[in-house]
Amino acid sequence: MVVQVRIHGRGGQGVVTAAEMLSVAAFIEGRYAQAFPSFGSERTGAPVVAFCRISDREIRTREPIIEPDALIIQDPTLLHSVDLFNGLHPEAYILINSSRSFDELGLTEFVRGFRPERLLTLPATELALKHVGRPMPNAVLLAGFAAMSGVVSVGSVISAIRERFSGSVAQGNVAAAEAARVFVEHAMESLAHA
Amino acid sequence: MRKQIEGSRAVAEAIAMCRPEVICAYPISPQTHIVEALGVMVKSEAVRPCEFINVESEFAAMSVAIGSSAAGARSYTATSSQGLLYMAEAVYNAAGLGLPIVMTLANRAVGAPINIWNDHSDAMALRDAGWIQLFAETNQEAVDLHIQAFRLAEALSLPVMVCMDGFILTHAVEPIDVPSQAEVDAFLPVFTPRQVLDPSAPVSIGAMVGPEAFTEVRYLAYALHREALERIPEVAIEFSSRFERRAGGLLNADVNGADETVVVAMGSVLGTIRDAVDELRVQGLPIGVVGITTYRPFPADALRAALRGARRVVVLEKALAAGSGGMLGADVELALQGLPIQTSTVIAGLGGRPILKASLRRLLESADRGVLPPLTFLDLNTQVVGQQLERVEAQGTPR
Repeated sequence: MVVQVRIHGRGGQGVVTAAEMLSVAAFIEGRYAQAFPSFGSERTGAPVVAFCRISDREIRTREPIIEPDALIIQDPTLLHSVDLFNGLHPEAYILINSSRSFDELGLTEFVRGFRPERLLTLPATELALKHVGRPMPNAVLLAGFAAMSGVVSVGSVISAIRERFSGSVAQGNVAAAEAARVFVEHAMESLAHA
Repeated sequence: MRKQIEGSRAVAEAIAMCRPEVICAYPISPQTHIVEALGVMVKSEAVRPCEFINVESEFAAMSVAIGSSAAGARSYTATSSQGLLYMAEAVYNAAGLGLPIVMTLANRAVGAPINIWNDHSDAMALRDAGWIQLFAETNQEAVDLHIQAFRLAEALSLPVMVCMDGFILTHAVEPIDVPSQAEVDAFLPVFTPRQVLDPSAPVSIGAMVGPEAFTEVRYLAYALHREALERIPEVAIEFSSRFERRAGGLLNADVNGADETVVVAMGSVLGTIRDAVDELRVQGLPIGVVGITTYRPFPADALRAALRGARRVVVLEKALAAGSGGMLGADVELALQGLPIQTSTVIAGLGGRPILKASLRRLLESADRGVLPPLTFLDLNTQVVGQQLERVEAQGTPR
């Protein structure tokens, strides 16, 4: 089975790095993974998309991800300016970097029919600021995505963070990733009891 | 060692292990990550002895490579798109002088209009400059082709261009087995140049040749490319036995005896094509694939043998000869001359237009039904071009 993840954000938010780290996390688990950016939009602030496919078999296709199984939205200001949800099916995961809920973001109607346990907002920028000291939500969101979906383990995401970063940046991101795991576990629990 | 890394990074590591003595390049997207990584490796002395020469243009990059190669140094450069066109004169000279330079071409469209994305227009523009041209299907193959390229170049005294799709391969992160230095050293011997410019034993290379001998010089280039058709598969077989994986060679064919329709293509799009073909085979469609790894010299005999049993051949290519049609298509037709095979050319993926599996399936289904025209443009927005053509016609043409 192939899991296709599409990550949306803006130039400078580490969108391409996020796709790459997700692929490294899958690689650490002994699976096949392919990460690639939507090319050419490497300007700070411009909308950027990056893709990651994870599979138990060798990945041959080179087409962009048209029908994602998961969306990670690093910048909620894109919600109403870019067609983020294109090709999305109701079984898909949606993780948004925000301290607001799907209702507060005006997405109630859109996500009707989607599985509630696959929809989550996570204040990733706040967690990054607190633990890393920089508003870089990418690694935090990956940990949140791992905790929510189990597509890769949070442990593998943390290993990928340690491969990518070093010193205090790695430490901070690992701490933020742990915080994201706790946040998502609480959110999942309260959903189960709701 | 198996790593999850970017294609450009993997190619840079492979080049470093080939122990180049001179690297010179001018940055242009999407080639940049390769030479940036090599620049860092040379500076940190991870590659040594090696001189990284910063140049002022692509013309200078190839000219420096010519000079260093003629002086006996293993020489490498990389470029894309207009960068290749800007060095065109020197590209011909490198081949004419028989200098075993290896160059990565991170394939990109050629302007105008300016476009930084992938197609094969750059490689096709210089397909007849006298270089060996190899096309990588994956990043693993890009790594492996570069290692083979130095062997081939130095065995034949011919320059080799390794083409890898810009962005689609150069910027993709995937698992790659990067060989060890010992493995590369065992496969690639120390460079022993056939001719060296040396002040203590002066010779001229590249002296003027007049009408009495120019045809003969050109014929020898033709003969050398014929020889390359023999050497390329030999080197690929030796590579496979040492590294335990398939890479390089003339073609990568997946054709069963019963396949009536066969798709021919080059580069990374073959991955998507193979997925589409496997799905269609499950549905019972008799379809095969032939990937062309060596484009120059053109492996006409091998291709003819691989396609002999087909009824229809669909050539999918990422470049357009505006006044003619398909360039790869024309080569394939020539190779199939006299055989009862219908050929169609499909122009696809120009300027980075994604080639979707769904589009390929539709295309191959029409090929299977025998209704594919001789020339089509995949996913062409006919409304846009129709309106524009109408507008031009309405304006009238002054005569």
